This record gives sequence, structure tokens and C-alpha cells, in this order.
Amino acid sequence: MSHDDKPTACDPSAILEVTGLSQWYAIGARFLGPAQHLRAVDNVTFSLARQEVLGLVGESGSGKSTLGRAVLRLIKPTSGRIVFEGQDVTHMSRGQLRPLRPRMQLIFQDPFTSLNPRMTVGEIIAAPLVIHQKGMKRRRRDERVAEALTAVGLSERHARRFPHEFSGGQRQRIGIARSIMMEPRLLVADEPVSALDVSVQAQIVNLLLEIRRKLGLSLLFISHDLAVVGHVSDRIAVMYLGRIVEIAGVRSLFERPRHPYTEALFSAVPDTDPTLRRERVVLKGDLPSPLAPPSGCAFRTRCPYAIPACAAAVPELRVVGPAHFAACIREELELRSAGNR
Amino acid sequence: MSATLRAGDVAMDDAVVLADTPESARGSRPWQRFRHHRLAMFGSAAIFILVLATVVGPWLIPFDELHIDIRNRFAPPLVGGHIFGTDQLGRDLAARLLTAGRLSLAVGFSAMLISASFGTLIGVVAGYYGGLVGAALMRFVDAILCFPTIFLLLVLAAFIVPNVAMITLIIAATAWMEVARIVASQIATLRERDFTLAAEMLGASGTYIMFNELLRNAIGPIIVAATLTVARAILLEAYISFLGYGIQPPMASWGNMLNNAQQYLGSAPWLAIFPGLAITLAVTSFNFVGDGLRDALDARMDIG
Repeated sequence: MSHDDKPTACDPSAILEVTGLSQWYAIGARFLGPAQHLRAVDNVTFSLARQEVLGLVGESGSGKSTLGRAVLRLIKPTSGRIVFEGQDVTHMSRGQLRPLRPRMQLIFQDPFTSLNPRMTVGEIIAAPLVIHQKGMKRRRRDERVAEALTAVGLSERHARRFPHEFSGGQRQRIGIARSIMMEPRLLVADEPVSALDVSVQAQIVNLLLEIRRKLGLSLLFISHDLAVVGHVSDRIAVMYLGRIVEIAGVRSLFERPRHPYTEALFSAVPDTDPTLRRERVVLKGDLPSPLAPPSGCAFRTRCPYAIPACAAAVPELRVVGPAHFAACIREELELRSAGNR
Repeated sequence: MSATLRAGDVAMDDAVVLADTPESARGSRPWQRFRHHRLAMFGSAAIFILVLATVVGPWLIPFDELHIDIRNRFAPPLVGGHIFGTDQLGRDLAARLLTAGRLSLAVGFSAMLISASFGTLIGVVAGYYGGLVGAALMRFVDAILCFPTIFLLLVLAAFIVPNVAMITLIIAATAWMEVARIVASQIATLRERDFTLAAEMLGASGTYIMFNELLRNAIGPIIVAATLTVARAILLEAYISFLGYGIQPPMASWGNMLNNAQQYLGSAPWLAIFPGLAITLAVTSFNFVGDGLRDALDARMDIG
């Protein structure tokens, strides 16, 4: 993406282009009454280049997972457009999506519920082959399962065991093995490490990066942990209340965040050095209800830099630097970066 | 359980090192629980003996169950080599009881297989699709449940030729709703789990998800319901045969033996006692086993 491109610009090298995507849920629809709409994802636009890793951060309830599931068309978006490898998948039916499924995959957050407890690991990993390559010989399938297990750092003999015999980290490896079985082009990792112990997190993150390199796939890495996302990603999109408030390359974002919410996120990353003292930006209050988001900029209720003009209109993403977009009207702010804190 | 696994994570630097706990035992834990369920073990033993006796027994008894021997009418038990005595035509009661049991158990098992399969099919489809399809199917189940079973059985039995296959079908037709309900609720919960979404993500068809992914997680409740269905089927068969709409003489079933015994209740009580005991034993045994299986397969007990 070049400097003055709007993030909406059509990019032929993109594997995934999302334009104005919204995912609203009708809540408490009453008989003869107006339904309220929960705007889980609201007018989101971004694109993912081939072999790129895009990090998606935001606190819980910001719509990250919904966005991830919507771009994979596990749910039907309310409005907007999703183009995957040049094909508009926005309105495709389940049957139409089926042949595309091998090329787009999801890694789940919870390794304890995403594996069928009554299937052996071998059966779980072989499922994509059973579904998409019906004619495949059993022996060949077993070979492929063994290969996949080895690729994720498990061993062939684990194929006969059941998921409950494995630890969280190992289960996540099984989930990864399943999702790379068909060599996808796009992988959405929905908080793949947040259910794991810190010591295991690094292993899984490194495994994902290794797989990305080997298969040359594009990765949408969803997490609430800026440190992890910063380590993994080429670019980062910051979400707040269903909208992307800032999107930029990792360096650019870490060196000079341009949205106050990003600054607050940086300040929440724990220090590894306890002797280091720094000023924290502590956000007041909770995430506002997505049922009734504040007028104008949704972040203004918690923003230390808010001015009356913030309430006027929803700020659009604007170019604030090389390939750096932020949705804040106060461009003049000098926000603290991740480095100088 | 999850706590121990998470704790294991910390020590797990090399993912290939798998905790080789002999705790593939969760597969066998239900079995351990079942073995400690005394009534269920008693029931299993009783069923085993009943099946063995009715299959092998008739060959071991030196009397034919249809052989009429007027001179030895109403022989009391243990007289003249007749362990359970004879009936009003001098037929050996033990031989009749065992061949009748063969029929009653066969009808019970077949009715169970038919009703469990059909109920499972309806339940899986209703639970998986939910919405309009699910609601329509489940209201249909509710509607059928509203019929009083016995009258339904009698009405149906009055219209058809009472042979064994028909009676089995009729009993199955009144017994599948329970299974359908249980399976529908199970599947409806399971389909919200992440692994269902994972299968969908892989591009699996509805049929694949229903029968390859979800059904195997509902096997426990299906087995329990099926076991209890056998008990009910045996009882229902006895009912309609007793009322004369079921298995027709001279073929013996526990139900029509009881019917036959009514007139001689004062003079030859053993004619009623033995078939009655057989029915009670079979029905309670299946109920005990069903209860035992329910406790044993209850996954909630695995937590800890």
C-alpha cells in the first residue's frame, strides 16, 4: 500500500479486501416495537496483502472476533463487501463457499471446545481430507495426518489419542494441524494464544509464524495483547467498539501512535522491568454499550484529549503518515509511543 | 480436569513429550461407575441369563411347548418332570415360558432398534436445523405424545393383522418420541460448540456434521433411552397380548400366557405367577441397567 492510498483502494495483490463491513445484531426485538441494533462491527474497511500478517487488537467486546468470523463468512454480514482472492464472497451460500473453504481457515481461541471430544486426533485432522477429497485412500490419509502432526511439533503416534489427553498448548497444535491440512491461503487466528499459559504462548506464536513462512499464507492475527501482536504482525489494526480507529505498519504504530486509544493500549502493556517507572494512561470507565454508542467519536467518553468537536461526527480514517491511518480529529496530538514510556 | 492440564503446560517445553498418564481411563471411567452400580449389575446379569435361557433353554427342556398332554393337565410345579408345571392342555409351562420369552425379548429389542433409529434421525435433524424445521418436527413429536399410548396401540392393533412384525412396528411407533426429544436437545446444545463451527469452517455438509461430528457425542443418552425403551416395549407387548390383540395363541408370549391364566387363578396360580415373574424380571432389569447407564454415562461426573 503506497502512502496516499486510502485503505479502501483496490489492491490487486490483496488476498482479502473488506469494504464497509458491518455486522449488526437485532437485540430484544419486540412485537410491534423497534429492535435495537448491536453494532458488533461497524463500517470496517481494510485489506490484507498476500503473505502479510495483519494484527487486529482491541479490548474484549470491540468486535475483533466477529470481524474475523465475518470475513470467513461463518456469519452473514449485515452490509459491506468481502472479496477473497478476487471473488466476492459477501453473499455466497454455504454450498458456494464450500469449494473455497480449503483456502481460508480459522484457528480458534479455545482449544478445549474446538476439538470434538469423541474423535481421535487422527480423525480430527483427517476431517478436511474426508470432506474435500472423498476418494483418498485411507493409507494416504494416514500419511498426510502423520505429516501434519509432525509439522506442528506433535508425533505420529498421537493420532490415536483423544483430545482430552492433551494439554492446552498441544490441543492448539492439533487445531493448527487441522486448519493447515488443506494448505490455506488465508488463516484467521482468533486469539490463538490467549487461553494458554505464557510459557506456551511463545511456542504457539512461533509455530504460526513458521507455518506462515513455509506455506506463504496470509494471516489475520486477532488478539487483545499488543505485545504479541507487535511481535507477529507486519501491520496492525486497532479496533474500538466495532470500528477500526487506527491502522498502520508495526514500526510506524509503535513509534508514533496517532489515536489516543492506541496510546492507552500501549500504556497498558505490562513492563518487563519492574524498576522502570512510567506514567500510565488509565482509561476511565468501561467500554460504552455497543447498543447505544456515543455520538461522534465512540472513544470520546474515555478519551483524555476529547474536545467538544469530537461529539459532532464519526471521524473517518485519515492518512496521518506513510501507510498510517487514524480516525482522530486531533491530528496535532503528540501521543506517547510504545518506546518512550 | 482443565486445571491439571493447564498446570501440565508449564512443564511442557517440548510438545512431543506427552504426559503418558494411564488416564486413557476416561474411556473406562463410565464402565467403572457402571460396575459399582449394584442394581445395574444385577440387571445385566438377569438380562444375560434371560437371553441365554430363552435362546438355548427350549432345546434343553425335554418337552415341546405346543405338545398337548391332556392326562397331565394342571400338573403343579416339579411334578412329572415339569419344573413349572403344566397348563390346562397339559403343555409344559417352562417350555412355553422360554419360547414366549424368546418372542417377547425379540419384540422388545427389535422395537427398541426401530424406535431408537427413527427417534435419533428425527431428533438429529430437528436439533441441528432448529428454526422452522426443528419446531415443526418437535411439535409433531409433541402431538404424537398427546395420544394415550394404550388406546393408540389398541386402535392400531384392531385394524391390522396381529403378527409379530406388525406388533413390533406398532410398539416402535409409540416409543420413538422419547429418543427424538432427548437427541434433539442434545444436538441443539452440541451444535453451538466450537467444534461444530470448525467443521463448518472446513466446508462440511450438514449431513457430515450431524452424523459424523454431533451424533457420536449424543450416544450416551441414546443408549440410556434405548435401554429403557426395551423395558417399555416388553411391557407394551405383554399388555396388548394380554388384552388379546397381540401375539395369538397357540404361539406363546408372556402377555397371552397371563391372559390364559386368568380363568385358573384360583386352581392353578402358577400359570399366572411364572409369566408374571418373567415380565417383572425382564422389565425391572432393563430399567436398572438403564438407570445404571444413565449414571455411568453422565459426563458431568467426569469433572473432578
